[in-house]
Amino acid sequence: MTGVWIAVLATAAGCYLFKLAGLTVPQRVLASPRVRRFAELVPVALLAALAAVQTATSGQSIDLDPARLAGMAAAVVALLLRAPFLLVIVAAAGTAAALHAAGVS
Amino acid sequence: MPTQSGPATSEPGSAAAESDATPGQARPVRDGIALGLAVGVSGLAFGAAAVSSGLSTWQACALSLLAFTGASQYALAGVIAAGGSLLAGTAGAILLGSRNTLYGLRLSESLRVRGWRRPLAALGVIDETTALTLAQPDPPAARKGFWATFCCLYLTWNLCTLAGALGAGRVGSPQAFGLNVVGPAAFLALIWPRLRAGRTERAVAVAGAIIALGLTPVLPAGVPVILAAVAALGGALATQRSQPAQGSQPAQART
Repeated sequence: MTGVWIAVLATAAGCYLFKLAGLTVPQRVLASPRVRRFAELVPVALLAALAAVQTATSGQSIDLDPARLAGMAAAVVALLLRAPFLLVIVAAAGTAAALHAAGVS
Repeated sequence: MPTQSGPATSEPGSAAAESDATPGQARPVRDGIALGLAVGVSGLAFGAAAVSSGLSTWQACALSLLAFTGASQYALAGVIAAGGSLLAGTAGAILLGSRNTLYGLRLSESLRVRGWRRPLAALGVIDETTALTLAQPDPPAARKGFWATFCCLYLTWNLCTLAGALGAGRVGSPQAFGLNVVGPAAFLALIWPRLRAGRTERAVAVAGAIIALGLTPVLPAGVPVILAAVAALGGALATQRSQPAQGSQPAQART
């Protein structure tokens, strides 16, 4: 049990220090246009990757669950119709929940 | 997809839109609270998963309180459940947290946190807060969005972790309420203004998604998402080569 506590606290400390490191980087590093452009594009790449992985995988395999895919399709439609943020989320969750209730997944 | 030729500061249909009446006020806070509540509820699933992995209730809560980054927390719990090496499990979980460093790099300019606020803000640098912060049209709105999302998500995630660890997770599955698409739908909605802003952004997003999906079957969970940063690197280098003097960066990039 002590070993698990050490693992928990070490994970917490490591994750926190990684977070702090990003905020502590001197601004002059970002003065380089190339670094700045990279820093701007990182969230786009990672958040798109997260969205894709959370939509179409389970564990380590590709998993095309119809309810999740339909939920994301609803989100895309809402975004194309320029719906506000909350409506996009409600459309996605509502669609996925409805299909799940209907036994699709 | 239409190409936006006007200033990137007022994207219609984005999370930041319609905020002209009350600049940088209503939207970031309201959207941040909504995101915090919707995503925070998945703490129930983490609490339940952690306890069934062999963590105690307090160990599950300590992870949510102190690590506060879902992917790393799940990774450690997974290794403990599988009876794997604690050292390797810890190293893997910390590695997964490295993407928050990249987020912080980008956020530090918008947030401009100094003194005692910086160590506090650092705890909140995660996927959800980054997405909502970067969707805002200007730095004041970005700051409001960050703190609103952080506070709400922190409270909800931790209370739900405790409830889930105590057994509340058995009430219903996240799928029943469609909560499993809240995260991905929110990420897509929040990067949408960026995707409309330029072709490079769209290419980087698509490449990031392809990299992550392609590597998922061959690498441990979480690692493919970090490697999607290669797409951002490619995008940055490509931009430099084709437009050496690109001056029209999206709103908050200017100092």
